[in-house]
Order: sequence, then structure tokens, then C-alpha cells
Amino acid sequence: MAYRPVAIVGAGMTKFMRRALETPKELAWLAAKAALDSAEMKLDQIDGAVLGSAPDAFDGVHQKGEYLADGCGGWRKPYLRCYVGGGTGVYAIAQGWFHVASGLFDTALVVCEEKMSSCRPHPQAAFISIFDPITEQPLKPNLLWIFALEQNRYMHVHGITIEEIARVSVKNKRNALGHPSAQLGAEITVKDVLDSEVMAWPVHRLMVSPTSDGAAAVVLAAGDVARRLTSKPIWIQGVGWCLDTAYWTNRDLYYPEYVEKAAWMAYRMAGIREPRKEIHIAEPYDPFAYKELHHLEGLQLAPKGQAPKLLADGVFDRDGDLPVTPSGGLLGVGNPIAAAGTMKICELFWQLRGEAGRRQVPGKPERGVAQAWGDLMQVGTVVVVGTKQPES
Amino acid sequence: MNERAAVIGVGVIAARPSSEHVSFKEMMFEAAQKAYADAGVDAPEIESFVTCAEDLTEGISIFDEYTPDQLGAVKKPMHTLAQDGLHGIADAVMQIRSGLFGLVVVEAHSKHSNLENPNAILNYALDPVYNRPLGFNPHVIAGLEMNAFLHERGITEAQCAEVVAKNRTHALKNIAAAYPMNLHPEDVESSPYLCYPLREAEIAKSADGCAVVVLASESRAKQTKSRPIWVRGVGFANDSPTLESRDWIEAQYIRSAAAMAYRQAGIKDPADEIDLFEIDDSYAYKELQHLAALGIYAPAVVTGSVGANGESCGTGKLAVNISGGSLGIGHTHEASGLYRLAEIVFQLRGEAGPRQLKKAKVGLAQSWRGVPTTSGAVVILGSE
Repeated sequence: MAYRPVAIVGAGMTKFMRRALETPKELAWLAAKAALDSAEMKLDQIDGAVLGSAPDAFDGVHQKGEYLADGCGGWRKPYLRCYVGGGTGVYAIAQGWFHVASGLFDTALVVCEEKMSSCRPHPQAAFISIFDPITEQPLKPNLLWIFALEQNRYMHVHGITIEEIARVSVKNKRNALGHPSAQLGAEITVKDVLDSEVMAWPVHRLMVSPTSDGAAAVVLAAGDVARRLTSKPIWIQGVGWCLDTAYWTNRDLYYPEYVEKAAWMAYRMAGIREPRKEIHIAEPYDPFAYKELHHLEGLQLAPKGQAPKLLADGVFDRDGDLPVTPSGGLLGVGNPIAAAGTMKICELFWQLRGEAGRRQVPGKPERGVAQAWGDLMQVGTVVVVGTKQPES
Repeated sequence: MNERAAVIGVGVIAARPSSEHVSFKEMMFEAAQKAYADAGVDAPEIESFVTCAEDLTEGISIFDEYTPDQLGAVKKPMHTLAQDGLHGIADAVMQIRSGLFGLVVVEAHSKHSNLENPNAILNYALDPVYNRPLGFNPHVIAGLEMNAFLHERGITEAQCAEVVAKNRTHALKNIAAAYPMNLHPEDVESSPYLCYPLREAEIAKSADGCAVVVLASESRAKQTKSRPIWVRGVGFANDSPTLESRDWIEAQYIRSAAAMAYRQAGIKDPADEIDLFEIDDSYAYKELQHLAALGIYAPAVVTGSVGANGESCGTGKLAVNISGGSLGIGHTHEASGLYRLAEIVFQLRGEAGPRQLKKAKVGLAQSWRGVPTTSGAVVILGSE
């Protein structure tokens, strides 16, 4: 199957931080402007704008998409807002992709924004509203709670230790030291992670990404337009997304099947048969340390239960055989819900163009995969990008 | 790639002021069953799903979490659009035209009766820095806009009252309508103001309901027995979200959205080439403002009266909101565009019963997302 070729021609993001002084609109604008500037484009060259932003409860604005429209360039233009919880930051690129691939648009500006700090006393409290109002909210769950359940199940099924999981925090926070927008880049050890406060066993504080404010944006363009705009377009070779049942309590959480399905949808589009061999860089979603490993397995980049061993062997280091989260990820750069996934897309864009500075992986990577996750441990969103234009 | 898209199935629930006997999930399940039966497809065949919803109206954050099970979308591609159902239709059309999927479902519903204080929710849509602290009821924005629009365009309050009478009377023939009433313009003109010159009776009352639409690529549509209704064009656009910098007279978002849809449909003279219009009338004056933005009235001068059979001034007979519109059906919020689309599908198929128009080959559905937004969409359907 041949699709209209679509490429990323520009990318930009704000610093990710615990509390921004900028309003949500301003955050969106800063990222959108940075993306346009990087492509040397003006807003009137953009045919349509797409916003990805997760729950309105954080920014505290109803119909938040409408409020953010001007910050995202959606003025006197086609504009819409899409989301799938935490999966939004990668899904929004798929949405932008089919805007252009449909032929209705030649260019699109995709902006993902989140300002979580508006929610007081702590944004984590707003997550109560994602749970079923009848069967779950009375139990007063929070994300630390339910992800601890998932981590425990993953560890139990495969006999994975806490130390193996802690290594993800060490790698990603170290990688983030090279990211100019990072909130929590740091040089820490496995011992530091295990000495940190237990939030909900077996989750330790240093295994958890922060709540953050920030925005990230990319400019998409159709093939011939893309080649006029830049000498190094990064082509979207595959997109995939998959939503599982709301009843997470009835699923075996040890493996994210919905990530596998989303990944194969994207890999099939990209003509990838052996992901572990054909993907050169991976940016899986890492809101908690164990998630990177969990998602690598869902992405078919490690056999089930084997990701921790490959991590320990250095395979996923920046100079390893398959660099994973060279950006520093959510653990290191930060986690403004929707913008985090787009930060990973931006990272692949810069890495594949050799523009990742101190974070640059060696060799000449030609193909990468970004993945995000969200809802009630329920949705996988995957985008494969590369330096080679897909056949059309 | 780039096959045209068709609506092959529609399922709607009769709009009602409240719906205590069912959850939103049960409403979605019912509408989906109807739509899939209408389309002649089974749930497992559907490849992608779109739900149009806003968290604060649902009372649940990340609303798409609670949508796949009752639509047959488990372990399938599904996402939320925080937009009206017609934006959802545009989304589905793009998915189909990209070549990614051949069978896509769009869903939207209203369970507005759940809201204890709807105006408080609406208040949260106001700009938190510049507008919300002023403490005004958001309907005031419609009142101000109506005043400016009437003044600039020479439209009268009587003409707005006629829209209410027309639409609620049309709804008498629509079994899916929540607020049918044999109304005369004088009944409206003698009713109290909410915010001058906007009268309470001119605001569409909320209703609960659900609509599911099945779209297919041309090749996929051929595999079903359903009669395809072709999507001739889609358009959507925003004007400024800021009250202080938007156009208060012209619905610019519809002028842009319509231009996009007309271009795709190859339509040059909408009043002549389109047989029926189902457009947003969530405040009565908006029907007239939206018609103008659609290019039905000349932009500089909008005069005349609106007759009981949908005739509009200066342009001869035009069928506008034969379904009863939001005033007659009830305001189903994110689902309102899909109720309008459904009416057009029924009309184009010849299945509109007592509302059936003699000539129904091309129809236009339009939506607006309500105050304080300037967001709208247009979908043009054709039987050929």
C-alpha cells in the first residue's frame, strides 16, 4: 500500500518545568514558533493546525482546545484538538499525518501542550477523575497506585528485580543532562533510586517522572513541499494506535498488548519485518522506570521479560546497539502529559538529522520509533520515522 | 488512496430532556447497534473509531477510556476529538482518503442532564485571566453578539423569533425531537429576555441523545448493501478564541469552513446547488448569521423574513432546519452536528417520512461549538 509521503520539516519545544510563568497559550505559542522558525516558515504557509492536549482538568479550562487555538496557530484556519491521554504526544503526529496524507492539506502544524501546575495543591490529585466514577473513584486510587500494580505484575511474571528497573532512571536522567529543555537531568546511581522514598510499593520516587508544564511542536509537509523546505526531511514511515478495554482490572498487566498492535500497524506501513534489526533508535514512553522496559517488549524490541537484561548489558545506552531514550525521556526531561510524547518525536527528528548535540547517538541512524501510552494503562500510540522517503 | 468517502450507516437515539434509565455507555451501545445494522456491517469489521467529547461535560477525564467497549472498538484504533461531531466526520474522511482505513465510525452523545450546574461548566470555558474574573453568564456573549449582528445587518428581533417558531414547529414531524411545539413568532416575542436582545425562548434547551455514523471508502461501500451517501466536501475552521479580537458580526469560522467544503464539492452557488441546510441554531439569531456566512444571503445586506416552511428571504424557497434544528430537537452539544448530518442522510435516501422534501440530492450540515468559541464545521453530502 502506498501513501502520500509526509515528512517532518521542523521541530521546536519549550523548556519543561514544574511551574511555568507562561500561560498555556504562551507555552503553545513558544513551541509552535520554535518549530516554524526551525523550518524557516511563516504561519500563513500552514494549511491547518492540530493540537494535542490531555485532560482539561490540568489547565483548568473547559474546551481547552478552543482556548489554545491561537497559541497553536489555529486562527482563521482549519484547527482541531485530539487526544488519547498520555498517548496524545505521539498520536497527534499520526493525526497530522492523515491530515496531509488525505490530500486535504499540504502542510500541518502539530502542537502538544500541557500546563499541569495550574492544578493545586498538586496535579496528581486531578487524576482521580480518570477513574470509573462508580466502581473505582470511591476507592480513591491514583496513578502511583495503579502503576505500582502493573510494575509488580511485570516483575512477578518475569522475576525482574527492583535494581534492574532502577537502571532505567539512572540511564535516562543521565541522558537528560545533555538536553537543554530538561527539568530533571541528573547523575544518580541505582542505590540513590532504591534509597528514595517508596511512593507505592514497588515504585520509588526516583522511578517516577515529574508533573510538568511545557509544549512541543512539529511542522509536517507533503513530499514535494517538504523537499523544497528542507534538505533533510524526516519521513513519517508508519503510524499506529490501539485502544484496549476500559476494564483494566480484567486484563493481565504484565504485557502491553495494545502497544504491540499499534507497533505492528506502524511497522507494517513502514515495511518493517524485524523491528529489532531495522529500528536504530527507540523513544518508548517512560513515565515510570519500568514502563520503558514494558514498552520496549510491546514494541518488539526485546523479547518478553528480557528488556531488563539487555539494559544491564548496555545494549540500550546511547552508544549501545539500540540506543533507547537518548533524549532523557519523561524521567529526565519532564512529563507535561501531551507534550512529552512530542518531545520524543522531536528527539528522533534531531537525531536523524545529526542535530542532537551532546545527545547525538553515534553512527548514522536512519530510522527511529517513538511510542506513547495513556488512558487506563490502555492505549499505545506509535510513529516510525526515517531518512528514506516511503514509496508513493 | 484518495478514494472518496460515503456515509453508509446512521444510528440515532431520540433526543430527550433527560435519560435516567440509561448510562452514556448504554446510549452509545444502542446507537451503535442501529448504525451497524443500517450499514450492514458487523462491529469486528470496523477499522477505526472517533469519539467527539469534552471531559468536563462528561464528568470524566480522558473520556476515550470509556468508549471502546460499547462500540466494538476494543484493541482497535480509537481516539477522542474534543470537537463537534462534524469535525469527527472530517477526521474520518481524512483517515479514509489517506488510504489508511476503509471503514471508520464516528460517535458523539449528550448526557447534559447529568450536569448539576451547566452554566458553571460553561464558565470554565472563558479565558481565566481576562474574562472569567468578570463573573458574567457566558450566554451574555451570545446576547452581545446578537445585538451587534442585528444592528449591523438590519435584522429584526421579529425575524429571530420566526426562526424559533419555524424550527420548533418543524420538530412536530420529527419523532427524534425533544422539544416539538406549535409556536408562533408572537409567542416568542412576548417572552422574557435573558440578556437583551436575546430571549430565553431563543436559546436551544439541552437534550440527551447519541448518534453513531459509519463511513466507508468507495470500494468498501460497494461491499455492503447499504445505499452510500457521498461526502462531497468537508470544511472546518476557527476564528479568534479571544472575545476582544474576534469578528462579532460575521461568523468567519463558517465562511472559512464553507469555502473549504464548497471547493471540494465544486459548488459555486450554494443556494442554487444545495437542496437542504441543517445548520446551527443554538441561539435563534445564529441560524441567520450562519446562513449569511454560508453565502446564502448577500453579506452586506440581510433582510426579509423567514417563512414557516423554511423559506428564506430574497433567495426563494430554502429548506433550513427541516429536522427542527437544535431549537426543536434539543441541543445535543457535541452530537448536534451528527443529528443534522443524520437528517440529511435520511432526506437524501428518501427515508425522512413526514419531513421528506421532494428534491433532496445535496445537503449541507453545519455546526458551531457554542459560546465562547469560534469553531465550526461544514459537511456536504450528495446522493450521487
